[in-house]
Amino acid sequence: MKRAVPWLLTFVAGALMINDFFVPHRTHAAITQELQQWGLIVVAFTYVLGMANVFDLHFKKIRRGSSEALYSIVLVGSMLGMAALGIFHDHQGEHSPFIWLYNTVYDPLSATMFALLAFFITSAAYRAFRARSTEAVLLLSAAILVMLGQVPVGAAIWGPDSFLGGFPGLKDWIMDVPNLAGKRAILMGAALGAISTGIRVILGLERAHLGGGK
Amino acid sequence: MDALQLWISTALTLCILSFLWKDNPLYKLAEHLFVGISAGYYIALAWQETIRPNLVEEVARGNWIRLGAAILGVLMFTRFVPKISWLSRWPLAFVVGMYAGINVIAFASGDLILQLQSTMVDVVHDGWTAVSNVILVIGLATSLIYFYFSKEQKGALGVVSRIGIFFLMISFGASFGYTVMSRMSLAIGRTRELMVSPATTGILLLAVAVFLFVWGRRQRSTGEGA
Repeated sequence: MKRAVPWLLTFVAGALMINDFFVPHRTHAAITQELQQWGLIVVAFTYVLGMANVFDLHFKKIRRGSSEALYSIVLVGSMLGMAALGIFHDHQGEHSPFIWLYNTVYDPLSATMFALLAFFITSAAYRAFRARSTEAVLLLSAAILVMLGQVPVGAAIWGPDSFLGGFPGLKDWIMDVPNLAGKRAILMGAALGAISTGIRVILGLERAHLGGGK
Repeated sequence: MDALQLWISTALTLCILSFLWKDNPLYKLAEHLFVGISAGYYIALAWQETIRPNLVEEVARGNWIRLGAAILGVLMFTRFVPKISWLSRWPLAFVVGMYAGINVIAFASGDLILQLQSTMVDVVHDGWTAVSNVILVIGLATSLIYFYFSKEQKGALGVVSRIGIFFLMISFGASFGYTVMSRMSLAIGRTRELMVSPATTGILLLAVAVFLFVWGRRQRSTGEGA
């Protein structure tokens, strides 16, 4: 029961999904569609599980009265508040408190968090990038050309009407040719890896998600 | 954007940007608020977009078979009860198996075959485009050879694989440049938002600066900042 049932569930669910591609039968399609709905529902339950875990972790911190307790109160309070507003009130209306909080708190915070990375990426690049080898020179040149091709100052120095389309043209060429070649190779390698891992999981050769072991 | 919205979003933006000086309570507060709001947002979405329409309303309509999904979902919570925590593997096994099956087909047809198909390009006609296409095909082939680890990469294979590394390096550089620029555009967007009301930004910036100054002094006096 402890090992056989999970493996059987993995195998049946995986095999049915693969089969669905090859068996164009209405009943089969209906079963896989129903199972996919089940999958969506179970994944949605994991959010609630995550919330319970976060709540448990931070509630312990608050109870201990540690120096970080205030932050935990803010985290738990905002999580419960936002979830309650979204669940018990309108979650789509332009004037709903849920959307108001999204626009006022979530949106600026997430944008600023990612904007903050601009400073750290730049400073890390300044410290780490050294043109010591051919590979490093290629990496640096591609990065600089793409950046120059993206900004107006690049077009002002070497405009799109000049030879090779200037910095914007060169950027487009780098993105569409050598970058695409490398990206495609990575994508195809990753696809092969994902396919083989998927088959190993379905066949029960890979059981890390079940806590490992035989 | 109403006045309250402007004050709150500006204050939060400045709290996050204060991290550029160093880690401080204002940043931590905004960071925890962000995590809490994000978690709450996605939980609400999970309820409104998935659990309510696909489970609650379906069961109310008489689709009792959906209760199976609810049972699997509830089994997730058995991990809080050590005696029966092994039951929480069942829903996990189901979801992992299902998505493994979906991904095998999706990656094979959507990525692998499609990418190969897109690389079957004209390498003879159309002047400059043909040259670019030849470079694309060579780049893809050599980069793939770099990922071939079943044979030691020396001799001719080593040379080809090194050309593949060159293409990969250009790809990494281009991705890096693109990422930096997208982050920069976000930073510019935030700066423009801050400039919507210079007075609000000025007052809040002063308040943040005063707080950080006082906090910094306190840290130094207690030796915590060392």
